[in-house]
Amino acid sequence: MTRTQAVAPILEARELARSFHVGQGMFAAPKTITAVDGVSLSLRPGEVLGIVGESGCGKTTLARMLLGLIPPSAGEARIDGRPIHTLGGRERARLIQPVFQDPYSSLNPRRRIRDIVALPLVAQRGFRAREIDRKVAAMLERVGLAPELGERLPAQLSGGQRQRVAIARALVAEPKVVICDEPTSALDVSVQAQILNLLDDLRRDLGLSYVLISHNLAVVEHLASRVAVMYLGRIVEEAPVEALFAAPRHPYTRALLASVLTPEPGLGIPDVGLGTTLPDPTNVPAGCRFHPRCPQVMETCRSVPPPRLVAAQDSVECHLFA
Amino acid sequence: MTPVLTVESLRVEIPVKSGLPRAVRGVDLAIGAGETHGLVGESGSGKSLTALGIMGLLPPRARRSAARLRLGEVDLLALGERAMEDVRGDRIAMIFQEPMTSLNPAFTVGAQLSETLRRHRKVTRGEAIARAAGMLARVGISSPRTRLAQYPHQLSGGLRQRVMIAMALLCEPKLLIADEPTTALDVTVQAQILRLLAELQRAMGLAILLITHDLSVVARVAQRVSVMYAGEIVETGEVADVFARPMHPYTRGLMSAVPVPGKVRRGAPLGTIAGVVPSLIGDIDGCAFRARCPSAHDACLRPPPVRGAGATRSYRCHLLPEVAEARP
Amino acid sequence: MTDHVLQAPIVLPRRLRQGGFAVGAAIVGVVIVAALIGPALIPHDPFVQDLLKRLVPPIWMEGGSAEHVLGTDQVGRDYLARLVYGARISLLIGLSTVIVSGLIGTTLGVAGGFFGGRVDDIVTFVITCRLAVPLILMALAVVSLVGSSLLVVVMTLGLLLWERFAVVARATTAQVRNLDYVAAARAAGCSRGYILLREVLPNILNPLIVVATLEMALAILLEAALSFLGLGVPPPLPSWGLMIAEARDYMFFQAWVIVIPGLALLVFVLGINLLGDGLRDLLAPEGRA
Repeated sequence: MTRTQAVAPILEARELARSFHVGQGMFAAPKTITAVDGVSLSLRPGEVLGIVGESGCGKTTLARMLLGLIPPSAGEARIDGRPIHTLGGRERARLIQPVFQDPYSSLNPRRRIRDIVALPLVAQRGFRAREIDRKVAAMLERVGLAPELGERLPAQLSGGQRQRVAIARALVAEPKVVICDEPTSALDVSVQAQILNLLDDLRRDLGLSYVLISHNLAVVEHLASRVAVMYLGRIVEEAPVEALFAAPRHPYTRALLASVLTPEPGLGIPDVGLGTTLPDPTNVPAGCRFHPRCPQVMETCRSVPPPRLVAAQDSVECHLFA
Repeated sequence: MTPVLTVESLRVEIPVKSGLPRAVRGVDLAIGAGETHGLVGESGSGKSLTALGIMGLLPPRARRSAARLRLGEVDLLALGERAMEDVRGDRIAMIFQEPMTSLNPAFTVGAQLSETLRRHRKVTRGEAIARAAGMLARVGISSPRTRLAQYPHQLSGGLRQRVMIAMALLCEPKLLIADEPTTALDVTVQAQILRLLAELQRAMGLAILLITHDLSVVARVAQRVSVMYAGEIVETGEVADVFARPMHPYTRGLMSAVPVPGKVRRGAPLGTIAGVVPSLIGDIDGCAFRARCPSAHDACLRPPPVRGAGATRSYRCHLLPEVAEARP
Repeated sequence: MTDHVLQAPIVLPRRLRQGGFAVGAAIVGVVIVAALIGPALIPHDPFVQDLLKRLVPPIWMEGGSAEHVLGTDQVGRDYLARLVYGARISLLIGLSTVIVSGLIGTTLGVAGGFFGGRVDDIVTFVITCRLAVPLILMALAVVSLVGSSLLVVVMTLGLLLWERFAVVARATTAQVRNLDYVAAARAAGCSRGYILLREVLPNILNPLIVVATLEMALAILLEAALSFLGLGVPPPLPSWGLMIAEARDYMFFQAWVIVIPGLALLVFVLGINLLGDGLRDLLAPEGRA
């Protein structure tokens, strides 16, 4: 969490942590997966916080905790100042909603589009049928879908259309925060652009705040105002987007940015020197969790966890900057 | 020099309930030894079916036809299924997108690798295992002997992809078809895998057909690129040239839709291509892209000609080269 | 990764499969119609004995007549009437057993699959216990203790045949529960009951319907087996199994007495299985769009 918080954050997380125990059958001890290991962040109103990281970093588990779908093993998340675990399902639904990655599994295949979009309103139980219909129709139009699509089943829509339905569903009950978990990763390139533009427009028009989770750095750079980089369950660096992309500090962030390919011929393929070991959430390294792969590893990194250096606008967790 | 792969007018049709979509409608390709040719397209463009068509691995009801389909001097169209089986894995190899499902979960890595080798070469089991271990080391897997005894589920995605590459290259094929080989991998692993493929290509003089939707991968890895839309190739050329001056409106649309890290203009909307891919069932009148093309005009109701735009450049459009280049 | 809707290609023996479904549906349809209106159409009473007309052969054999199209059995009862009435019994037993076992199995399976953890452990344990019980012996034991009647047979079979429902319901529920649309419903503030009823249940029905047809066939066969052993439906109710049992002594010289109900049983169960297979293919998703 950075120091200058002039405006109260709309979404806050303090040392959120979550582990899972996975059975190994009858004869072996269960393994512990440390998915999230002490994540703190804050989202200001109107902001887009991008969270980037690769597989095993815990970003999906973090998203589910922020949505209140999984209880944290430790730590707390607050929305609008109130702890999420004290909110009832309906109250929480009015404040924070998700847009998931897979447009195929995020819509109930047996329900009509208008029923899918109406779901958050129906769950609130305070709305009359006519009002629900009106809001649903308005939302469908707002996301660029023809009103007659409301009568169709998801199987009759394309991937891009389904993702618009998912966005309509997320926004129909007018939440304050939307958690977008890889909203465009499963879509074609030309459709990705449409959906990203839509998300940006809606944010401005409806005054929303986003947490945008993505492994696609270009998408994050395009939409986010701040970026947090996650590795094996912790945020290793956080900064405003221009600063992060222009001058990344943490060795993992630098490797990540260096690995990203751009459509510029002739530049070849970068060699980021991370070695071939891969992060394993069941076996988090001692000391700095990145040390086995770090090109700038030092002796202390192997045994001492790195301190968090918090500045006005950013933070980084690395011995190099201690 | 004869190209390693020559494809001329490849067509693939697949019957479904409502008709017979012409999924691939006349594809031409030529790839030389040591060359990587990128085949770019979104879903529904027919790129994967093109690959399967070349390999002869289409679903049973599908129909394939081509004016020419050669691997070096060998005419693949004339080969029966048994002969094709000999070719596959030995002279043409293929790797797929999903490392999770491309390896058989019921057998160890060693068993699968040696099976491939022994299918195409006369080697004893001991020799096969030794060569497999050697190949694993060559693709950058440490402790190869240990890995040989492991099952696919014990390996991570990146490792599985390396195993797939090892399996594909065991018999030193002439042509490798890679269908979205890094799409399911993390960004840092992707870079490693692509470097590996480039190294092996240099060492073996391998020709690679790289199928992907990712323009960035093609730009960095391939020498030549073909852009596919609705079953046809709409633009072909050297990578540097195509990226510098894309001619076909679809190619231009694609490039403007991809956010480039480091060159992102925040707040400015990304370029988009309105509309959806047309149905491939039945005949398509004129240009398949015209419903979505910002430059469409009356002439587009007729099938567009293939125009040249330089020695190795071509694109399929009614617009003349000067006009195509000038469009925004 | 698509932004258009392209159907998956069909695999080869579709015509054969569609044929199977049609045949199965036809057979089951005929049996249902026969069961419902047959007894009203046939002039004979299946229970009336006529010892003067014992073992009259069916119409296509020597000595047969149009009066008794399928002949008569060993105590002179019209065989066609008994067969058709027996269809009613089989159908009744099949349906009621499936309803009872379906309710038990689905409830258990959904509970285990949806809640996981301790609840799932208990459900798995109960299923394992049930699998450890030998079906026929259990049925025999119950019937010998309690006596045989239609109700006893239905309840016994219903309480013993639910495991396939439970296993399938549990597996599909566990799958569906992890899908994003269930997470979205939770995020939208829906109660767990609502989610179970409107989001989960409709999406696990398809495989359960197929299981239902298969269990129905099994129930009918089991009832026939029980009746054959004298522990099923009490005589003189014309269960096909009972008819087969009573015809044992006449197997060699008046073969029709045993062949006709045997054939009827075979054809009906075959029809149900074909119908079930066809339903499974029909209801299966045609691959992703």
